[in-house]
Amino acid sequence: MTQLIWLTIALPVIGLLFNGILGRRAGYRVVRVVGPLVVGLAFLVGLGAMFETLARDGEPVTVHLWTWAAIGDFEVPINLLVDPLSVLMVLVVTGVGFLIHVYATEYMIHTGSDGHAHPDRDYTRFFTFLNLFIASMLVLVLGDNYLMMYVGWELVGVSSYLLIGFWFDRPAQEQDPVDLGDGVEPVKLTPLLSPAASGMKAFIVNRIGDVGFALGVFLIWSTFGTLQFDEVFARAEEINSALPTVIPWITALLFVGAIGKSAQLPLYVWLPDAMAGPTPVSALIHAATMVTAGVYMIVRSNALYSLAPGVSNTIAVIGMATAFFAATIALVQTDLKRVLAYSTISQLGYMFSAVGVGAYTAGMFHLTTHAFFKALLFLGAGSVMHALHDVIDLRRMGGLKDKMKITWITFWVGSLALAGFPLMSGFFSKDEILAKDFEVSPLLWFVGVVTAGLTAFYTFRAVFLAFHGAPRDRHLHDHAHESGRPITFALGVLAVLALFGGLLGLPTWLGLPHVLENNLEPVYEYMHHADEHHLSLALEATLMAISALTAIGGIVVAYVFYIVNPAIPRNIARASRGLFNLLANKYWVDEIYNAAIVQPALQLARAMSGGIDKGLIDNVLVDGTARAIGRVGRSMSRLQDGYVGHYALATFIGVLVIVSYFFLR
Amino acid sequence: MIESIPLSYYLLLSATLFTIGAAGVLIRRNTIIILMCVEMMMNAVNLTFIAFSRFLDSATGQVFVFMIMAVAAVEVAIGLALLVELNRHKDAVDINQFNSLKG
Repeated sequence: MTQLIWLTIALPVIGLLFNGILGRRAGYRVVRVVGPLVVGLAFLVGLGAMFETLARDGEPVTVHLWTWAAIGDFEVPINLLVDPLSVLMVLVVTGVGFLIHVYATEYMIHTGSDGHAHPDRDYTRFFTFLNLFIASMLVLVLGDNYLMMYVGWELVGVSSYLLIGFWFDRPAQEQDPVDLGDGVEPVKLTPLLSPAASGMKAFIVNRIGDVGFALGVFLIWSTFGTLQFDEVFARAEEINSALPTVIPWITALLFVGAIGKSAQLPLYVWLPDAMAGPTPVSALIHAATMVTAGVYMIVRSNALYSLAPGVSNTIAVIGMATAFFAATIALVQTDLKRVLAYSTISQLGYMFSAVGVGAYTAGMFHLTTHAFFKALLFLGAGSVMHALHDVIDLRRMGGLKDKMKITWITFWVGSLALAGFPLMSGFFSKDEILAKDFEVSPLLWFVGVVTAGLTAFYTFRAVFLAFHGAPRDRHLHDHAHESGRPITFALGVLAVLALFGGLLGLPTWLGLPHVLENNLEPVYEYMHHADEHHLSLALEATLMAISALTAIGGIVVAYVFYIVNPAIPRNIARASRGLFNLLANKYWVDEIYNAAIVQPALQLARAMSGGIDKGLIDNVLVDGTARAIGRVGRSMSRLQDGYVGHYALATFIGVLVIVSYFFLR
Repeated sequence: MIESIPLSYYLLLSATLFTIGAAGVLIRRNTIIILMCVEMMMNAVNLTFIAFSRFLDSATGQVFVFMIMAVAAVEVAIGLALLVELNRHKDAVDINQFNSLKG
């Protein structure tokens, strides 16, 4: 299976070609089989590769496919790297991807007002793009050099753009203002971008990061003369002692790419708007897989990042700042998917704080468990949307638990995992990150714990508002119903994974096996080991107890606020209306960017297009040349007067001139 | 005898004929006359060839003359055919009537 690893990419490509070319003719009944099937088969291939990798103790294997280009000494081979890290990513991408494909087969069938089910107008296009995404993501994680990684990096960006703007004909949406009651002026919310605009925003913001990534790759090439992972990593230490500034530059530039792709401060703004895409897309691309590409890239480049402690520390700080910042916004969002979107940004921040302090395995562990429970939560939110005819406003939900039992239970499981409730998958992974952060800086740990408390609170705020209490919109509630089989199937499997995903990384200080740490060892072959200091058993236990208590505390506060006495949050919001306004409108970051960057850029573009392009290049240079030639032609054409005698005379004079030239020379 | 006439005489005659022909082409408006003048210019050239051929004792000039005569015959055939067509078209032989290609 290891040698056949290319099948994991080829199968989704087959799916995308089939769906893209023949899908419409074959009809949606065929597409909904082919779409998930190819991803499921790819998952099986990945599973086979995993067993083989485990059997040979994680020894990396390079599968040479063909040589893309060979120019003198410069060769670009198309190689796939099969090692524990890439296999883990393949399994996450195809496994979660398969479940989300299955889910989407049902989700993309809408129930019309007549009670009949209609597949989405562009059902086949959806699965074509979804298959494209899976193939692109696998190129990213399986490539054995930075060039292939970059190609995959851009391909997933395109897929993301295509899928966010999937419903490109839908308009922008106004949001109802938040009523605080008692004569206090309601808080106005900024309108939501249209899907088409959201897609462009995501693409352009990502492009800013990608410039950094590309420059990083160029710098690797000019420094090492190769882009192959193993060659670069093997020589990293030697290069670092010769040129001490170059590795920090490379790592910082690559991280700029990660900031864009993985939605960290200050380039996170595209991710909440990416929720304009269909929910399976939000679950797969904007929660479980693509946005974690930055984390994967840093873990893959651990040999470089471990040599740049300054950059790594910056990453840890940016990550934790993002985690806290996004969590505060999530506290008051009224849109269920946006709560989850900010939570995703926040959790990605945790992952970066982990890889920033050198806890690469902890980062990968949280990446994996997060893929499970965040995909589950998004799919749960999608199931609610499906039942409520695309209503996603928490203020119109409530009391859905009896109507949608499976969605309710699985959403609870996902929320407990996200909140870090003891023994759930998210508990182990988040706790590991927090412990590693504590080793480096107790301040980092403290912010992390506060954020964990906020996380538990906002997650359960959403749970209680959506599923518990009295229905706030009687009509919607009456028409709500549990979603179909494929949806509940995906929810069930992901709930099991979210429950037991923690088994991949049990705490070692309790003497339990840490599956990931034991198996990812070969990936860190060239890592530069700094002095490690281990925490005492008692301290580890205390830290774990504190994060457990924080999680439970957050849940309890949410329970009190939204079930026991719903007047409390309203009173707090009224008392601090300014703060509430700030959070509900996302710190006005979009508006600040709009005023400081977007509008000046647009003005510059307009000046360029009007003055330079239309005025100078179009009018003067291009049209001007044509006009000048036209004028010359018109004046010359007067010489052609139609009198043969004049032509003959001209010919004679010409001959005379030429002949006399030769004579008089 | 022919040897007693110097080469320059032939060349002068030829040049005269050529000039008359050229002047006719430039000045005259009757298409048929223009065609005749062109013939005259060609025959002036022929005369030069013959004269040089004789004086340099080389057959090349005479070969050329035959060639030119053949071409001239062809040219006259086409030229006259064109003239007939033009005449049918415009009912005129004045060359300045045929100016519809002016810019």
